[in-house]
Amino acid sequence: MMPELGKYAGTVLSAYAVSLVLIVVLVAVSLWRARRVRAALDRVEKRGPRS
Amino acid sequence: MSLWEYANPVKFIRLADRMLPPVAVLALLCLVVGLVWGFFFTPDDYRQGSTVKIIYLHVPSALMAINAWLMMLVASLIWIIRRHHVSALAARAAAPVGATMTVIALATGAIWGQPMWGTWWAWDPRLTSFLILFLFYLGYMALWEAIESDDTAADLTAILCLVGSVFAILSRYAVNFWNQGLHQGASLSMDAEENVADVFWLPLLVCMAGFVLLFLALVLLRTQTEIRARRTRALIARERAA
Repeated sequence: MMPELGKYAGTVLSAYAVSLVLIVVLVAVSLWRARRVRAALDRVEKRGPRS
Repeated sequence: MSLWEYANPVKFIRLADRMLPPVAVLALLCLVVGLVWGFFFTPDDYRQGSTVKIIYLHVPSALMAINAWLMMLVASLIWIIRRHHVSALAARAAAPVGATMTVIALATGAIWGQPMWGTWWAWDPRLTSFLILFLFYLGYMALWEAIESDDTAADLTAILCLVGSVFAILSRYAVNFWNQGLHQGASLSMDAEENVADVFWLPLLVCMAGFVLLFLALVLLRTQTEIRARRTRALIARERAA
């Protein structure tokens, strides 16, 4: 299944590994922050205005 | 119906909620199909060997690094002219995505350059302008974090964005301005002689569509987050003032 990458296997695989890790981290951080901020807003809105 | 309706944060959040699932699914589909096609089912280049497979990451990420900044420029101009908070927050939301795309373009370029050019880095016009663009991204994000007032931060980052746009455009056309340096011209061209061969071009187009859709999905998600974070700060400030 793995294509024959020859003498550049390390080069090609490291380029894919670096890129995919960065993309996955970016998506994960975006989702994590979205959830955290949404929960914080819900908490503040439930608390309602204090007199 | 006017586009300006979506300057209303509530309407924008509703629109983003509707758009996010299909855009995210399409992005994932294009990325998986494009990368699997490019990695497993395209031949080696007669000069570059298997390193040609890096094109499926390098070109789309470089495309998005430049266009993310240009999207931030448009959003910043809307903020400056019409004072719509959503546009300023959309620009803020796009910056980390653009910065990551710039890092991917720089990293994959360096990894490819080592065996092909014999060096990881050269002070070539395109590489240097890309590095400066990355520094602008860092400065832009740092400026947002450094200023407490959202409106002042939006004003100052919008001005920084206008200045940085020079480097975003320069990084796209640097190869044409200076006929020196290692970096080759654009991989995609209307000129059949200049364009990459069809066997590489089609999976590259799918990867580019995947990166564009990924950017759109992330900007929608992150803009929603910035709107909610701003509202949270405003409510907390109101509580404290009461």
